[in-house]
Amino acid sequence: MADTLIALAVVITLLGNFFSILRLVKGPTAIDRVIAIDVLTVTSITIVVVLAHFGGRSIYVDVAIVYGLLSFLGVLAVARYSEKGF
Amino acid sequence: MQDFLHVLGALITLAGSVFLLLGGLGIFRMPDCYNRLQAGTKASTLGTILALIGIGLFHPSWFGKLLILAFFVMLTSPIAAHALARAAHASKVPLSEKTVVDKLAEQETL
Repeated sequence: MADTLIALAVVITLLGNFFSILRLVKGPTAIDRVIAIDVLTVTSITIVVVLAHFGGRSIYVDVAIVYGLLSFLGVLAVARYSEKGF
Repeated sequence: MQDFLHVLGALITLAGSVFLLLGGLGIFRMPDCYNRLQAGTKASTLGTILALIGIGLFHPSWFGKLLILAFFVMLTSPIAAHALARAAHASKVPLSEKTVVDKLAEQETL
């Protein structure tokens, strides 16, 4: 019962990812694409943690923490670059 | 008791995933870049925090680590959105036609 509900949650999350990827392909400006990547990475944190739950390994949660940190730094670097250049 | 906690955690995770879906939909449907930031960042932050708490109810020994991750997302997501909004405004991304007021542009012309 509970695992079925969580699998349904993953399907709904992947549907949301699909719309973000459409915006990533379509986006008229570069900033739109960076926004789509930002939302995709924040969503992927959830998917990695759910994978950790299904695999029963707590080491994947550390992977999610590092992934969030790196995506934050990447988005910040792109924002600073397009604001005034390095 | 344990079954109750598991079903509760699964329901909270499901609620979080619905918020993530709404965030993706907002990113796809909103008219300009600033509205997309608004919709995407807020909804995806709340959805991620709800999903992390829901998984934490399954594994009580992971709860501290998941709480640190939720706090981290809550801290960094608005900062990234703020920096992106400033960058979009500085690189002159056009606003949507329905925009009424642009305080930052008014401040710069003064």
